[in-house]
Amino acid sequence: MLAFLIKRTANAIFVMLSVSFIAFMIFRFVGDPVELMLNEQATQAQRDALRAKLGLDDPFIVQFTTFVKNAAQGDFGISFRNQQDVLAMIAERFPATFELVIVATLISLVVGIPLGVITAIHRQRWYAETLQFTSIIGISLPSFVVGIGLILIFSVWLGWLPAFGRGETVDLGWWSTGLLTPSGRLSIILPALSLSLFQITLVMRLVRAEMLEVLRTDFIKFARARGIPARTIHFRHALHNCLMPVVTMTAMQIGGLIAFALVTETVFQWPGMGLLFIQAVTFVDVPIMAGYLCIVALIFVTLNALVDITYAVIDPRLRGADK
Amino acid sequence: MTDTRTQPETTRAPLAARLARIADSDLWWSFKNSKSAVGAAAVLAFVTVTAFLAPVLAPQNPYDLAALELWNAELPPVWMQGGQMPFVLGTDVQGRDILSGILYGTRISIFIGIASVAVSLAIGLLAGLAAGYYGGWIDNVLMRIGDVLLSIPIILAAILVSSVAQALLPPELREAGIAAVLVLAIALYSWVQYARVVRAQTMVERRKEYVQASRLVGTPGRRLMLKHILPNTLTPVFVAATLNFGLAILIEATLSFLGVGMPPNQPSLGTLIRVGNQYLFSGSWWIVLFPSVQLCILVVAVNMLGDWLRDALNPKLR
Repeated sequence: MLAFLIKRTANAIFVMLSVSFIAFMIFRFVGDPVELMLNEQATQAQRDALRAKLGLDDPFIVQFTTFVKNAAQGDFGISFRNQQDVLAMIAERFPATFELVIVATLISLVVGIPLGVITAIHRQRWYAETLQFTSIIGISLPSFVVGIGLILIFSVWLGWLPAFGRGETVDLGWWSTGLLTPSGRLSIILPALSLSLFQITLVMRLVRAEMLEVLRTDFIKFARARGIPARTIHFRHALHNCLMPVVTMTAMQIGGLIAFALVTETVFQWPGMGLLFIQAVTFVDVPIMAGYLCIVALIFVTLNALVDITYAVIDPRLRGADK
Repeated sequence: MTDTRTQPETTRAPLAARLARIADSDLWWSFKNSKSAVGAAAVLAFVTVTAFLAPVLAPQNPYDLAALELWNAELPPVWMQGGQMPFVLGTDVQGRDILSGILYGTRISIFIGIASVAVSLAIGLLAGLAAGYYGGWIDNVLMRIGDVLLSIPIILAAILVSSVAQALLPPELREAGIAAVLVLAIALYSWVQYARVVRAQTMVERRKEYVQASRLVGTPGRRLMLKHILPNTLTPVFVAATLNFGLAILIEATLSFLGVGMPPNQPSLGTLIRVGNQYLFSGSWWIVLFPSVQLCILVVAVNMLGDWLRDALNPKLR
C-alpha cells in the first residue's frame, strides 16, 4: 500500500512539474516581459536593470527552478495588464467558479440518477428508449450552444431568468457567495443547467449500464422472491450497488468541469476564474495564463490521485495494477 | 467484418468484386439494419456535399466584401415579415447571407476536423506501433508524454496551444497559418488515445506466430510494423477516429467561439456563432440560431455514426 501511495504521489508530482514546465515555457517565449512592463520611453539601462531584477539573464535551469519554487508558494508574479498579484486575482474569482461547478454537479446527480434508474428498469418502454436516444444528442451538443439556446429561450423570449453576471453576492470572509440572495440564486440557474447537461447524460448512461448489471444478480432475484416491493428493490437494493462508480466519476469530473466552466463562464459573463483566463488570453497576460494553468492542473491532478488512492484503499487488487 | 486492407497490393481484386465483398460483409448488413446509422450517414453526406459545393450553391460569396450591401443588413428569414429572396435564412449586420456563411463555415469546420484526425492518426499510429513493438525506454517516454498531456483538461490544452502558437506566428503568416495551428492544437492532444489502443494491440500481435514467422524470413522491422501488425490493430482505431472527428469539430467550434480560433474573415461555424452571439439581445436571433443548429446537426450525426460503429465492431455484442 505504501509503495502504491508513493508511486501515485510521485506520478502526480511528475505531472505537475511537466505542467509547470509548459507554463514556464509560455512565460519565457510569449512576448518579452520587459517590453510589456516598461513604457516606450524607458532607457536601455532601465531595461537591463529590470531584466536583471526579473532574473531573465540567469541560465535556463536556474530560471525554471525559481519559477517552480515561486509557484509552489503561490507566487505567480503580477498581472501584466493591471499590476495586481495573480494569485489574489484568481483567488477572488475562485468562489464563483466553484459554486457554479458544485451546483451543476448536484443538478447532474439529482436529475441523472433517477433518469438512469428509470431507463434501466423500463428499458423496453418507449420513453426509456427515447431518453437513451436523446442522451446521444445531449452528449453531442456543444455546451456553448446549449448556453446560447437557454439564454435565447429563457432570457430573450420569455424574460424569466437573467442571462449574465452573478447577481448580488454576499461576502463571507474571503468567500463571496451568490447563493444567499434571490438574484444570485436566479442567476446561477441557466449557467449551471448548461454546464450540467453533459454531466446529466453521462450520469444517466452510467447508472443505466450499472443498473442493468446489478438487476441480473442473484440477490435482486432473492429480494423479489421475498416479496419486497419493486420500488424498494430498485431504489434501495439495486441503486446502492451502482453508486460507487457514479461517485468516482463525479469526483473525477469535477476537475474537468472547473476547466470546462470557462466556456460556460464566457457565454454567461460569469465572473469566475475561466472568464479571467479567457480575458488574459485575449490580452496575452502571460502570468495569469500560467497561474490559471497551474492551479487548474493542480486541482485536476489532485482529484485524480485522490480517487485512485481511495480506490486502492477499497480494492487491494488495484494496488499492483499501476503501470 | 471483411477487411480489404490486408490484401497485398498484387492480388487486389477489381472494383466490382471489392464492392461485392463490402456489400456481403457483416458491417454493411448491420449498417443497413440500423435506422439511426443510415439516417446519420444520410444527414452527414448531405451536410458535407452541400458544404463542399458551397461556391456553387451559396447565393453569395461571404468572403467577397464587394458582394455585401449594407441595405441588406439584418434582414430576417424569408418566412418572416421583411425577409427577402435570395436571403433564405436572413442576413447579418454586414448584409452577409446567413445561409452562405453557414455553407462556407461548415466547409472550414469539416476541413479542420478531417485534418486534425489525419494528423493525430499519423502521430498516434506511429507512436503506438513504436511503443508497442520496441518497448523499453521508447515505450516509457512516449506513454509518459501521453499521461502528462491527458492530465491537462483538453479544452485548456487546446486554448493554450492555439493562443501561444498564434502569438508566436509572424504577422504575415497569421492569416494563413491559423487553420494549421488549430489542427495542431487539436491533434497534439488526441493522438494519445490512438497510441494507447495501437500499443496495447501491437504488444499482443507482436508475439503471434505470423509475426514471428515473418521476422524469421528476414522482414525488416519497419515493414513488419506497417504491413503486418498495423492492419490488425485498426478496428478499435476506426471507432475512436469517428468519435474524435466529432470531438475535433466541437473543439474547433469552441475555440472559435472563445475567440482563439478562426478569425471573422474566414469564419467557421464557431466564429459565426460568436459573432451572432453579440446580437442575441437586439432581436436578430437568426444570426446565431441557424449556425448553432447546423453545428449541432453535424456533431450529432457524426456521434451517432460513431456510436453505431462502436457497437457494430464490438465482437461481444454480436
